[in-house]
Amino acid sequence: MSKKIPSTIEKRLEERIKLIDVDTSTKKKIRKEVETEFQRMQVTSGEAVGVIAAQSIGEPGTQMTLNVFHFAGVSEMNTTVGLPRIIEILDARKTPSTPSMTIYLKKKYAKSEDDVRKVAAKLLHVNLGDVADDISVDLLNFRLTFSLDEDLKKTYAVKVKEVIEMLEKVFKDCEFKMLKTEKIRVKPPAEADVKDIYKLKVKLLDTFVKGILGINHVLPMKTESGEWYIKTAGTNLKKVLEIEEIDTVRTSSNDIFEIGKVLGIEAARSAIIHETLEVLNQQGINVNIRHLMLVSDTMTVNGEVKGITRYGVTALKDSVLARASFEVPTKHLFKATVRKEIDHLRGVVENVMINQPVPVGTGIPKLVYRSEKDGAKKRDKSSK
Amino acid sequence: MTHKLVPEHRILKEEEKQEILKNLNVGVHQFPKILKNDAAIRDMEPKQGDIVEIKRKSRTTGEAKYYRVVVVE
Repeated sequence: MSKKIPSTIEKRLEERIKLIDVDTSTKKKIRKEVETEFQRMQVTSGEAVGVIAAQSIGEPGTQMTLNVFHFAGVSEMNTTVGLPRIIEILDARKTPSTPSMTIYLKKKYAKSEDDVRKVAAKLLHVNLGDVADDISVDLLNFRLTFSLDEDLKKTYAVKVKEVIEMLEKVFKDCEFKMLKTEKIRVKPPAEADVKDIYKLKVKLLDTFVKGILGINHVLPMKTESGEWYIKTAGTNLKKVLEIEEIDTVRTSSNDIFEIGKVLGIEAARSAIIHETLEVLNQQGINVNIRHLMLVSDTMTVNGEVKGITRYGVTALKDSVLARASFEVPTKHLFKATVRKEIDHLRGVVENVMINQPVPVGTGIPKLVYRSEKDGAKKRDKSSK
Repeated sequence: MTHKLVPEHRILKEEEKQEILKNLNVGVHQFPKILKNDAAIRDMEPKQGDIVEIKRKSRTTGEAKYYRVVVVE
């Protein structure tokens, strides 16, 4: 074991040591004392840290509100907080129940509300149905016409030409034409019948024409220091990070899986810590960050995010009995029988079940006896 | 691209890898894993069995080194 103290403690020690008036040899002694004390305070090997972490997060969890929804800001935007959010993170649900992004902008865009609103409009996911107006089906000539609402066109910053381009990409067999009145005329393929034309209408309205797929709601907000940022409902980290005005360093999502995919497993680990800590702090609960670090490390050991569930972390266990003891024991036992699995009884749970000393703390070291017959050297008392 | 959530990743050279294995007294399979196509190391051309050194910014120790072994899915 190295006899070093972490840089944070070292920094604090240096600050304190400056303030006191003693000679260098005493200072050296103090440093030494801090070092040994730090070594002494470290977790001893064999300590059941997982159980301690579970209890340390679990107990304050009972004091959390069970409220699912909480209003963030003035708008109608919801975010899941409290216990449901914690469960969601630790179970590693594929999508959070209220996906949301916090988007920071580059300095020159983050100063005025107008600039921020412009960027926000750029991000928002717009379907044709959100902007289209008076859609009419012309059965006589077999075509559809619609126009874009003038007001909505401005709020969403949509251009007719762009809309047509997007539609042409999706509906390759239809013909789109812009009329002089800025109306758009759609001509379905020749073989289409009346039923098809109505189906086409529904499909058209559901087509994504502008913005970033999945960003359903944008809300410019201001920090206490006067910096503007954008909160969104819905996430699409990859696409948002590609936008020029965005500060790619701080912009983040609350979807752990998405972070894992876009930024890597280490980012997912930090996100788990960050998200759980945030929820706990909101509720005024103080949990030592080390417990959360342990949990998030466990969830990401395998290179991908695994939840604390029977499909996630527990499924990684070697022992059949340990897996069976968590949830649905019969299923695991039957499966293990079919596969002829062997349990080497190396873990804690298995040994509790069969009433043997558990490999935790003082249960770890084993006594080994080697007789002289097995080749052990005769102990010479005088040699030591 | 840098992001506040992504710490520095570095693939260890063969000598460094052997030294780490010796110092920690563990085998390659005992390390935590990182996928070969993980977003943070994808561009570094990792090979299966490489060890990646990650310099985490830790709230408790300032900076902490963490090691992951590259695995294929």
